[in-house]
This record gives sequence, structure tokens and C-alpha cells, in this order.
Amino acid sequence: MTPVAVMVGANRIVPAAGIIHPLGNTELSPDEEKALRRRIVEKALQALRTEVVAPTVFGGE
Amino acid sequence: MKSLRVVCYLNQFFGQLGGEDKAGVGPQAVKGAVGPARAVEQALGGAGTVVATVRCGDNYVAEQTDKAVAELLALVAAERPDLVIAGPAFLAGRYGVACGALCAAVQAKLGIPAVTGMHGENPGVDLYRRQVYIVETGAEAGRMLAEVGRLVALGLKLVRGEPLGTPAVEGYFARGMTRHIVAERNAAERAVAMLSAKLAGRPFASEVPLPDFPRIPAPRLLKTLEGATIALVTDGGLVPQGNPDGIEPLNATRYGAYSIEGKAGLDAGQYDNVHRGYDTTYVKQDPHRLVPVDVARELEEQGAIGKLHETVYSTTGVATTLAHSARMGREIAEKLRQAGVDAVILTST
Repeated sequence: MTPVAVMVGANRIVPAAGIIHPLGNTELSPDEEKALRRRIVEKALQALRTEVVAPTVFGGE
Repeated sequence: MKSLRVVCYLNQFFGQLGGEDKAGVGPQAVKGAVGPARAVEQALGGAGTVVATVRCGDNYVAEQTDKAVAELLALVAAERPDLVIAGPAFLAGRYGVACGALCAAVQAKLGIPAVTGMHGENPGVDLYRRQVYIVETGAEAGRMLAEVGRLVALGLKLVRGEPLGTPAVEGYFARGMTRHIVAERNAAERAVAMLSAKLAGRPFASEVPLPDFPRIPAPRLLKTLEGATIALVTDGGLVPQGNPDGIEPLNATRYGAYSIEGKAGLDAGQYDNVHRGYDTTYVKQDPHRLVPVDVARELEEQGAIGKLHETVYSTTGVATTLAHSARMGREIAEKLRQAGVDAVILTST
């Protein structure tokens, strides 16, 4: 869905793990899943720290 | 055909009362045509007469719009007009909003047509284009005569009940109306023609107007993350069991504010998900797959962020209208700002 986010003008966009579980992955063990979630949130924090002038996608995993 | 009675509306500047020093002047009507209203008179040709020019200071209207519009409406009504022409306001924001508000009121309360004109970036356009015919003009008054001519031509069509062409043909801002027409060629033929034009580098126009998403400048985080309060927001449909705010499963008009105070995470047993745009099985099993309260709390405890905001805002983003989305976003942002939140992580499905 990141192209939609870019199109509507969201400024800082972090690709997540999927529509049905953006911050999880049922294929992973609970610990791995939480680690994945943490990486995505940390990426979001990194994006917040970054100055942008246009919709910017902060690369995925 | 009887000569039409036309009333013009002008601000203090075009109404020849003065500049900013006269922007507080209240409504007044003068007989006949003043300033650009004379161009209206000219454009009417023999079709009608400007019986009065109503004028008012921009600040007077901007500071008390309801009261000012009611007063202006009374002055307009007293002239028993067949048509009202407001402005054009070009790029003058307060003037444009006043023109839009007056035209809307004239149509609604007096039941007669009203036309105004503005530049596309005048805030009056977005506020009133759906209610009022707003002719597109330049940013400044350099081509007054020609542009007033277009306002008058549209106004005459409305008074006479003549059919209007498309906004592009008539030169007014689209009002968001859908009208059935019979096309000469079927959709496949038109689509192929459009594709051919695109490939050949020829101009073409889509038949589907894309919504206009205004560019919002990206704000900068003014603090370090270690000192910042971060809020979690989602359009993925998280609600407490029982959906106490009645958030709609699609086409949402409401959002909820849910406290996470004292919670290290979200207990699946306490939450539900009403979003009808994706399979919510997995986020119901573990709401953190949608709203990462668990890791955000850890980051808070570890000092990576200053504070996790204790309220999560949630709605369902599916077939939600742009207007409701924008309103909900504005309201949530205002609440977050008042609560001292510095940044938001919005999780979306």
C-alpha cells in the first residue's frame, strides 16, 4: 500500500509486514514476530528523526 | 424579455471605499454600478441593469461572517434582483470567502442564481465550489473586463434556465455533480483512444477526476526522540470489546480514543476489530499486529522515546470519504497537539 500513501501525500512512510498484520507475521515464532515489530517501529522512529520535503518511503527490511 | 435586475457585491477596495484602512466598514448598498460593477453592466449589454452595488469591508465579513452575510442578504433582497454577481475576488482570500458565503446565502434564502469568480488558490474555492458557481479567474484584476464577461455569461444562462456545459467548457470550478450523458463512443473505444494519445505524447483528459490531495509540508520533529512524546494512531479498526463508540465497519465518520494507561500491552480479550476491509482474524488474535503498544512501551522504558502517549486513536479506513478522513485527522491532530504530543506513528492496513 505504500504507493497509495505516497499518492495521498503521507510524508514519512515505512513499509510494514502486510495488510492483514502490518506489524506482525503469523509465520514467525512469537519472539521473532515481536522482533520484527520492533524493527518496524524503530524504522518509524528513524523516519521521524529524518527531515523530508516530499513523501518519502523509508526502505523495508 | 424584461430587463434583468442585477445586484453586484464588491469589497471595500473594489467598491472604491479604500484599502486596508477601510476593511472594517460594514455593509452598504449604493444605487447603480460602482467600479467592476460597471464592467458587469457593460457585459449585460441590453439584457439587464445593475440596480445596486452592495459593498462591505473584508474584515467586517471575515470576523463575523454569519452576521455580515445576514446583513448583506437583507440589502440584496431589498433590491429584488434576478441575479447576483459577486466579485470577482481573484486571489484575495477574505474577499473570496465573503463572495462564496454571500452567493450561497443568496441561492438558499432568496432562491435566485448567484455567480462569483476567483483564482483556483483562493480559499473560497474549496469552501464554496460545491454550492456556488465560481468562475475561474486569474490571480489579479488585469483582465477584469473579459473575466467579468464570463461571470455574466454564466449568470445569464442560469437566470434563463439554459443548459450548462461541463465545468471545463463553461469555465467554472467543478461542483462535484455527476450528470448522465450519452457518449458517442463506448468506454473501450474511448480508453483505447486515450491510451493511443498517451503513447503518442498527445494531450488527453481522463474522464475520472482524481481527488485533489493538497501537499502538506512535512513537519520537523522539534525535539530529540528521547525527549519526545509519541502517540499511536490507527485506521485499522481496533476497538474495545463492544465497540463503545459505534465506529462504522466501513465509511467511517467516527473515531475512538482509547486509554492505554498502565498497560504494558493490549490484551486480546479486551479488544475487537470492526474493520470490514481486510481479514481481521490475525489482529484480533494479537492487537499488537496492528497497534504496537508492546514494543512502544519497551522503547519508552528503555528511554529510546521520552513518553508513549496514553491514548490510542482508532478508526476504520475503508471506503471512508476524503472529507470525513480530513475532518477526523484534523480533530485527532488537534487533540494530540493539546496533549503535548510531538509525533505520531500511524499504523495502517
